Amino acid sequence: MSKNNLINSSVHVENPEKAIYKVENHCLIIQLNSDLDHHSALKIREKSDHIIAHDNIRNIIFDFSNSNFMDSSGIGVIMGRYKKVIFSGGKIAVTGINPPVDRIFRVSGLYKIIQKYETVMDALKAF
Amino acid sequence: MSDTNEMTLVFDSKSENEGFARVATAAFIAPLNPTMEEISDIKTAVSEAVTNSIIHGYNGKPGKITLHCSIDMQNIRIEVKDEGCGIEDIQKAMEPLYTTKPELERSGMGFAFMEAFMDHLEVISQANQGTKVIMKKTIQSSAAES
Repeated sequence: MSKNNLINSSVHVENPEKAIYKVENHCLIIQLNSDLDHHSALKIREKSDHIIAHDNIRNIIFDFSNSNFMDSSGIGVIMGRYKKVIFSGGKIAVTGINPPVDRIFRVSGLYKIIQKYETVMDALKAF
Repeated sequence: MSDTNEMTLVFDSKSENEGFARVATAAFIAPLNPTMEEISDIKTAVSEAVTNSIIHGYNGKPGKITLHCSIDMQNIRIEVKDEGCGIEDIQKAMEPLYTTKPELERSGMGFAFMEAFMDHLEVISQANQGTKVIMKKTIQSSAAES
């Protein structure tokens, strides 16, 4: 996808089986459509960093409504994006969390640095 | 129904096989009637072990990974084996947050998750001798009477 496409459009659909990317009010919404493991992490990391670099992103929401699995590779993806936005005062939120994903967040202690909300709308309102 | 069962899968060291290994393991243990939490714990542990083989064992290069699962009553034993570079210092590798690949955004939580989500974890490895991870878990639910 060309750089122009990314800047002109607020909805980026590529590889929809893995994730859909939307930008709203300087917030990048990553709607996960697959397990967040090492396999999907590579693509999601590359794609989201491109948008972060070009779209003046302040906050990021990972929406797990359509994703039922995450492992330590997912922790790496979220921590990596956290480090990118934290210096400019940005925040990371997660939404649509189901029990398996919630367990990973709790065990890893990630809830100490990210916020959990029911829906993407709730998270957007809270930022 | 017999009380024992086993299966072996051999697959390429490719990231798309991480999901396959998880789902195959979950399907294999399904007759034990595990809870949703037990299933997701086992899926996570398998995912961590297979991912380690791909990223660290074979360092992204081609190779074969062997996943062996056996069931004895309510006890599950899972072995993930590679013939990759092996681990020089297993103690160090198992420390939470320790990673040799921070540039790949590895969280260093792989072995910690395997330990947290399984009842037993054993890592057998030597430099250039490949790595074998053995994990055990007993399914607690008593609903599996058939």
